[in-house]
Amino acid sequence: MRKNQVAVVGAAETTELGVIPNASQLQLHADAALNAIADAGLKLSDIDGFATAVETPQQVCHYLGIKPTWVDGTSVGGCSFMLHVRHAAAAIEAGLCKTVLITHAESGKSMIGKLPRSTPADSLNGQFEAPFGVYGPPSMFPIPVLRFMKTYGITHEQLAAVAVVQREWAAKNPRAMMKDPITVADVLDSRMIAYPFRLLQCCLVTDGGGALILTSADRAGDFPRKPVYIMGTGESVETPMVSQMETFNSSRAFKTAGPLAFKEAGIAHGDVDHLMIYDAFAHLPLFGLGDLGFMPYEETGRFIADGNTRPGGKLPLNTNGGGLSYMHSGMYGMYALQESVRQMRGIAPAQVPNATISVCHGVGGMFAASGTIVFTNER
Amino acid sequence: MAEPQRARPKPTPETQHFWDGTKAGELRLQRCDACAHVYFPPRPFCPSCASRKVSVFKASGKGFLYSYVINHRPAAPGFTPPYAIAVVELDEGPRMMSNIIDCPQTPEALALDMKLEVAFQELDDKITLPVFRPAKG
Repeated sequence: MRKNQVAVVGAAETTELGVIPNASQLQLHADAALNAIADAGLKLSDIDGFATAVETPQQVCHYLGIKPTWVDGTSVGGCSFMLHVRHAAAAIEAGLCKTVLITHAESGKSMIGKLPRSTPADSLNGQFEAPFGVYGPPSMFPIPVLRFMKTYGITHEQLAAVAVVQREWAAKNPRAMMKDPITVADVLDSRMIAYPFRLLQCCLVTDGGGALILTSADRAGDFPRKPVYIMGTGESVETPMVSQMETFNSSRAFKTAGPLAFKEAGIAHGDVDHLMIYDAFAHLPLFGLGDLGFMPYEETGRFIADGNTRPGGKLPLNTNGGGLSYMHSGMYGMYALQESVRQMRGIAPAQVPNATISVCHGVGGMFAASGTIVFTNER
Repeated sequence: MAEPQRARPKPTPETQHFWDGTKAGELRLQRCDACAHVYFPPRPFCPSCASRKVSVFKASGKGFLYSYVINHRPAAPGFTPPYAIAVVELDEGPRMMSNIIDCPQTPEALALDMKLEVAFQELDDKITLPVFRPAKG
């Protein structure tokens, strides 16, 4: 795909984030969509392309009254929205549609109108993982981390520092769920969830949503907000079973999606001003820094613990506070994208000065899928 | 009210040989007749070279502890926390999720790379699960 041919011209989260007991999941999709449409200065009737995950496109389009000529229901977990951005950019370039709306919403905390997640007993996961006591992401996602730690000499204190640094960023974000400062000792004293991870190393569970509007870069100047261009994109999937990853020393999906996006954008790691790495759990930023090629895996833990990703550090990472402290409705990728767009617009609460390139890297399932988007505010 | 039950696998035509094996006290894997690749979970073709000529064989049941978590909360139905959810790397190459028995469920006792051997845990008259214990000697 050619770089900078498509731009984000509308972006918004739901009116409320956190605990939203007065709206269903479907209504949260609509709330985010209406906010994004207002942000772009558009009408619903201007939308001719639509993408969403978990909920079907027909469900959300009917509820909103959208009549699309292009839809994408790719649903590969929390990074689905990165894949939607990639697919939408290709569709706009190919002339299949002009203006794409991507929505995410999840009543992850209040569970109103939330679709059930189940593992059939005759699926491969149902036969070869569920019988051994996996029960929700905290019991599955951290399974690779002890091997990763042993291979690369990563310490428990370094993995605790991930949560500490992200809380520093969250403190600068009025909409972050958790803003009180924490220390490495606080993290290591918090309640054990699934050894080696404790409560403060696991993502929040919240309600909310977000929406993006994309159109061709040639039209982007006609919109009220500063355009944010899609500079590079990548995607991949590996396996729905965490036990069947090729290795626990890296993620194959990350190692495929990330470099694809860098290559398409034509950038080097030193060009990156701002970075988002989907952090459902504290080890994900370490995998991401290594798999995207920022540094050898051995250095990832020390890099974060030494403060390089904190406010004022040389590689600002997860500047909204991340899934650990900002919000995590279950599929966090949309919120990472929203923060990248805010940073590129120059309006983020914890704005990185003069940032021109933002990399936004997502995970789906338990290292099952991945999507990476490189954004820029310069064409 | 009945206690919630541990998740029970339901075999499919492609996996029936595996569950027949555990019931008979064998850990069965598959090997490609064309390229010799050994793989898991079961399927009637080779995921490496796509050949449909594959054979089922009895694995050694030996391996080592590749990684794990010790789950505290929330606990799956039928489990009493804390309990380890392990991934075992078999000597033949494939890895599988399992539980570790005859071993304290602690970080001190569960050393990565410790040698393990398969054991069989009967859930009911249809399903026997492969689990692992520290290898003797």
